[in-house]
Amino acid sequence: MRLLIGTLYTFALAAAIGLGSTWFALTHSAGFNNLQIGSWSARPRAGTADIDPYARAAIARNGALPVAIGDGVSFVARTDDDGRPLDGRCDTVVSGTTPAARYFTVTLYDPDGRLVANSLDRQGFTSQELVRNQDGSFEISVAPRARAGNWLPTGGVERYLLVLRFYDTSVGVATRAEREAPMPSVKSTGACS
Amino acid sequence: MRWILWTLAGILLGGIVHLATVLALPRTATQDAYARLAPMTPVNAVTPLPSPTPGNAVLPFMDPAFAVAICRYDLSSGPIKLTAPVSQAYTSVTFYTRRGVAYYGINDRAAGRRSIELDLMTTAQHDAMPEEADVTAADRLIIESPSTTGLIVLRALSPEPGLMPMAQAALAAARCQAAQ
Repeated sequence: MRLLIGTLYTFALAAAIGLGSTWFALTHSAGFNNLQIGSWSARPRAGTADIDPYARAAIARNGALPVAIGDGVSFVARTDDDGRPLDGRCDTVVSGTTPAARYFTVTLYDPDGRLVANSLDRQGFTSQELVRNQDGSFEISVAPRARAGNWLPTGGVERYLLVLRFYDTSVGVATRAEREAPMPSVKSTGACS
Repeated sequence: MRWILWTLAGILLGGIVHLATVLALPRTATQDAYARLAPMTPVNAVTPLPSPTPGNAVLPFMDPAFAVAICRYDLSSGPIKLTAPVSQAYTSVTFYTRRGVAYYGINDRAAGRRSIELDLMTTAQHDAMPEEADVTAADRLIIESPSTTGLIVLRALSPEPGLMPMAQAALAAARCQAAQ
């Protein structure tokens, strides 16, 4: 009897730990060769045949097609620079400069990778659309209500993530640090509606 | 003491379950990109994908600034030839295996011409090519596919919303067909 209970306990624990950790790893983009710059993270190797098993399982599960390294590289931000999750009911400012690329796009998705509906029908910007400062830097207001300048509406969703994709860029598998890839800051202004 | 041993066994077994599920998932997934695209894309032909909208997107995390077209390929009856004219802004072609692994990507600048022209074949088909054909075809770019089936994704950037028709028109002229 004790053997039976012990065995069941072991199997239940194994299933909980094994499946729980798999689910966590696939939904939190954990994995190898993550490139982290500020609140932006990328997995350049996921765009090659050397994709790691976690990224491979994650794309099999959600159906996404990763950006190939010969095409570009994709960065995701789920939190602001202070580590707080991005909240669509609050104002967040993305500002600064980006690594050199022929084009880049910034897009707002819900955590499952769907675009978010809003009154302006705007889900992102291309590098060509952004209004810039004289020094070439830019500032994007990610906010539920209209803002002057580059306003990216959140549609008031509770959680969202930002994806910054660089096309035709030197950022890639060999990139290691911020010096090589200056990424914009992600700051909460503290104003919430 | 006995319970500590059972717990240790459970943690060890949990690690094995974790590794096994991560490695097995790509083979058992029923909703990967290829499976989602299969009902709406004929084999060895270029099909434009509708732009993603908040209510409707074929695949998650699609870049809404791009016009996208898909060639779902099957090399079992021979190599295929891909021709994609480049758009004014930025055009790229990415090759994915049946499991969604991006094994090759090229953009218009790397292709260096007015159109991107590629031959796609399996390693066996490449090996079977007569040697002189390889030489005479020096300016043909040959890509080897690790899997017999897979996806070619053509992307053309629309730098501003008004240019989307131009990006779509560039992809509409793309061809993907069996090489003779």
